Amino acid sequence: MRFWKYSTPQNFYPAAKKIAAVFFVLALCFGIPGLYIGFFVAPTDHQQGEAYRIIFIHVPAAWMSMFIYVVMAFWAAVGLILNTRLSSMLAQALAPTGALMTFLALWTGAFWGRPTWGTWWVWDARLTSELVLLFLYVGFIALRASIEDPRRADKASAILAIVGVVNVPIIYFSVKWWNTLHQGASVSLTKAPSMASDMLLGMLLMALSFWMYSIAVSMLRVRKIIRDRERNSGWLNN
Amino acid sequence: MKPRQKRLLLIIAVLALVSLAALLVLKAFKSNLVFFYTPTEVVEGKVPVARAFRIGGMVVDGSLQRKQDGVSVSFSVTDTIHAIDVTYEGILPDLFQEGKGVVAQGRLSENGSFIADQVLAKHDENYMPPEAAEALKRAREMKLSE
Repeated sequence: MRFWKYSTPQNFYPAAKKIAAVFFVLALCFGIPGLYIGFFVAPTDHQQGEAYRIIFIHVPAAWMSMFIYVVMAFWAAVGLILNTRLSSMLAQALAPTGALMTFLALWTGAFWGRPTWGTWWVWDARLTSELVLLFLYVGFIALRASIEDPRRADKASAILAIVGVVNVPIIYFSVKWWNTLHQGASVSLTKAPSMASDMLLGMLLMALSFWMYSIAVSMLRVRKIIRDRERNSGWLNN
Repeated sequence: MKPRQKRLLLIIAVLALVSLAALLVLKAFKSNLVFFYTPTEVVEGKVPVARAFRIGGMVVDGSLQRKQDGVSVSFSVTDTIHAIDVTYEGILPDLFQEGKGVVAQGRLSENGSFIADQVLAKHDENYMPPEAAEALKRAREMKLSE
């Protein structure tokens, strides 16, 4: 199996550089037209005026914040089960990007909420569960940082990541399960999107761009983690 | 069983137990997690009496009245079954509109109306340009007049 070759840090290290380069280019390819459509092509909303344009950042960031958490928990679990170093390194590399996305979603949401709802923040189920997600990311990073031995840090943080995964469906379905101030999903797999097509196109392009950026930046980060953790193993210096 | 299979099973078991625990907690908290109550729940007396709570629904068309002093307003909130009169002193959010969603925080007065100390506009999930909204409105009016 050729694929397994890349499951060792030694072989993944050069591959990650190539993946990062390709995905940074892709992020620009989707992001530039996405921003252009978002700012210049997409029409003004009939109710919110220009304030709605926050969705071109807010929605992709919120999607990524949840998705990255699931991927992070998946790799953490794989690392725990198969005892593979690289899996835990991937989980470790994803956490800061996930935290950044969560913060962006909360931050842009507050800026949108002030003119639209009339408040920066409310303790409704959607906003609160997203805040819990930020704490989970920060907790994961902090727990890792507090344990000296990286292999023990892998195990402890993996358990936190796996347990925290229950929060993701809570965030996603919170607007369905409870009365919340946050509106329901405009775009979902189960129904036609309730958005003008130009707005939707801009948002999807931005979402793709966020995906590509997250992959690229995680690859760069995993390279740094490999450099840190494998510095004594010898192969890096050759 | 190999150790790695054991670990996999253990993780699945932990995840299942945590999910179950979360489910039970959420079920227990269900009523407390409600961000707002509907006018029907208010009429049926399912709302807290002693403390402030929020009601949510649609602002009834034509119900918005501004008082002489310029800051007091009153309007009705409906869930299409029951309506509650709300009075409020303060600035309404930009998106506050008749026929649109609203969430008001405050308490019930003795005569059954709601005295709000905060009013938030609840946005819906529809995003469209003004022309599309106008076309939709016209189509609805056509339908009504038929």
